[in-house]
Amino acid sequence: MRNLLPILTIVAVILGLWYLAVGPMNFRLALDAATRGGADVTPATPDEQGQTGLLRLMLDNPDVMPAAYAFERPRLPQPQDVVVEIYENTIGLARRCEWQGFGAERDNWSPLSDGCLRVIENRRSLIFHAWQTLAPTLLGFAIGTGLGILLAVGIVYNRTMDLSVMPWAIASQTIPILAIAPMVIVVLNAVGIQGLLPKSLISSYLSFFPVVVGMVKGLRSPGPMDLDLLRTYSASGAQEFWKLRLPSSLPYLFASLKIGIAAALVGTIVAELPTGARFGLGSRLLTGSYYGQTVQIWAALFMAAICAALLVWLIGAVEKRTLTRLGLVR
Amino acid sequence: MSGTEAGKFLGRNLQSSSKSFLAPVVAAIALAGAGALLDWRLGLVLAVWLAAWGLNIVLTESGSPGRRFVVPTIFGITLLVLWQMSVRLFDISQVILPAPTDIWGAITTSGPILWADFVQTVVKGALSGYIMGAVLAIATAIAVDRSQFLQRGLLPVGNFIAALPIVGTAPILVMWFGFGWQSKAAVVVVMVFFPILVNTVAGLKETDAMQRDLMRTYAASYWQSFAKLRLPAALPFIFNGLKVSTTLALIGAIVAEFFGSPIVGMGFRIKTSFGTLELAMVWAEIAVAAVAGSGFYGLVTLAEKRLTFWHPSQRTGR
Repeated sequence: MRNLLPILTIVAVILGLWYLAVGPMNFRLALDAATRGGADVTPATPDEQGQTGLLRLMLDNPDVMPAAYAFERPRLPQPQDVVVEIYENTIGLARRCEWQGFGAERDNWSPLSDGCLRVIENRRSLIFHAWQTLAPTLLGFAIGTGLGILLAVGIVYNRTMDLSVMPWAIASQTIPILAIAPMVIVVLNAVGIQGLLPKSLISSYLSFFPVVVGMVKGLRSPGPMDLDLLRTYSASGAQEFWKLRLPSSLPYLFASLKIGIAAALVGTIVAELPTGARFGLGSRLLTGSYYGQTVQIWAALFMAAICAALLVWLIGAVEKRTLTRLGLVR
Repeated sequence: MSGTEAGKFLGRNLQSSSKSFLAPVVAAIALAGAGALLDWRLGLVLAVWLAAWGLNIVLTESGSPGRRFVVPTIFGITLLVLWQMSVRLFDISQVILPAPTDIWGAITTSGPILWADFVQTVVKGALSGYIMGAVLAIATAIAVDRSQFLQRGLLPVGNFIAALPIVGTAPILVMWFGFGWQSKAAVVVVMVFFPILVNTVAGLKETDAMQRDLMRTYAASYWQSFAKLRLPAALPFIFNGLKVSTTLALIGAIVAEFFGSPIVGMGFRIKTSFGTLELAMVWAEIAVAAVAGSGFYGLVTLAEKRLTFWHPSQRTGR
């Protein structure tokens, strides 16, 4: 934990900059509200205020500043407002949640009380929306990773596949395909594919190519010496694959998985954006921007960040255990 | 490769390995035949696919020098042909998937619109934001370069933020900077900042103690050793960040337009063309985005080749 203090410093600096920015960002809104409320401000009319620089306005009207920080629908909310919003829509909803135990009531088979169900089913609940985003992400990630590994094996063992597919796999990384994710969703819906699958298709596409490129590199990482050693053991092709190539590709695989899962989450969120999806973090971002609910946008954004961090951390933890067991890292 | 040469290859292949060559051919014909039994259109598509794949196998085995270019080209053309054939033969609706010829038609007939969208989104939005973000990130990295403490904090935090779904800030930034290209540039700045920052900070650590000691024995000042040793040594890392960011920049600029834009721009066009079910236009924009993305990436790679010619990964002739 040598890095803890520096990290905390950087986070504190970012939070500090955020706090400092809240006042200036919301100042014009607050000043406008103060003018309409009949407060004594200089310059007095909104037109003149529009022509005056922000710094001048702030210097002339220092007593509006507290209002700028406490503004109800701010352009930039304060950090603690976002934290409160997240708390209220996750743990806050769960306050009356309790374990009733199986068979407490014969009619109600669910062991959880209504309070718990609100956390899972309530449309306000961020956990509900996060799950709506996470489920297709994970499904798509699994599909994309599986197919990616298969294709990589094909590429490594088949010269024709290598020559014909590999350049396109690399070139496709430079194409901003994510931008059409929403359209793909609508087309698939029109064809009759609904539910988890359309969204997971996007995330599987996005996690597919990092895995292919990483795995091809990894499966080719054993050097001539390693391969020769196996040949002296008179190992079969299958043995060479399972005992040498696959284990030595794992570090590359995990590096790709971390990139892939982050890309998959971004893919799902973007896929939810302009298609008017009703559930999911992307739809929270969109409704927030339609109704000017900045705090809601920030809360959804932070929830997405928490999900991304959890997923990457999870893969990192699996990586560490696996590689330690294999003796690839100490 | 000329026809006679190809004939020779085929002949040699058939002679030398007729057994191992024949089995896949029989299997391929059987597969295509089975497809044709189910549906003659499916059989035709399968036959074209297998024929092209077979040609690629022969070319791969041939070991001719041009195959690195020819084989992927044939593969790409095959995909296009199969796409066209499937759409036409199975009579797929325009609303679901237009054929490549329809898309090409949309590209040729609405050139000026596509050009205007390209300028609005790629040049004004993505490129300006990319340059601002890159300059800002490299300047920040240089600013924290002297402080070990800040670097140790910045690397993990920057890595963490680079993995976040930053494109989600698009609605906020559109709210702040309005519907014009400025908001798109702002989204791009935020998206490219952290990958470039992290790579630059990591790159500036790249020199080893021997090299730095050598500079010290020359009595080089901080800035001299920075400009002559550490910045060049960091360039491969910086270019790594710059290359990753090219795609991010285009994605950011297009996605930000979904949240509000003037009546021009690639994201706007994709959204509205989709609303009126002009799928060929949507695909035309995607084609432009693909070409722009690859071109942008190619330009950065070219610059990398020119500036980091000394790096082992750039040496030709393995």
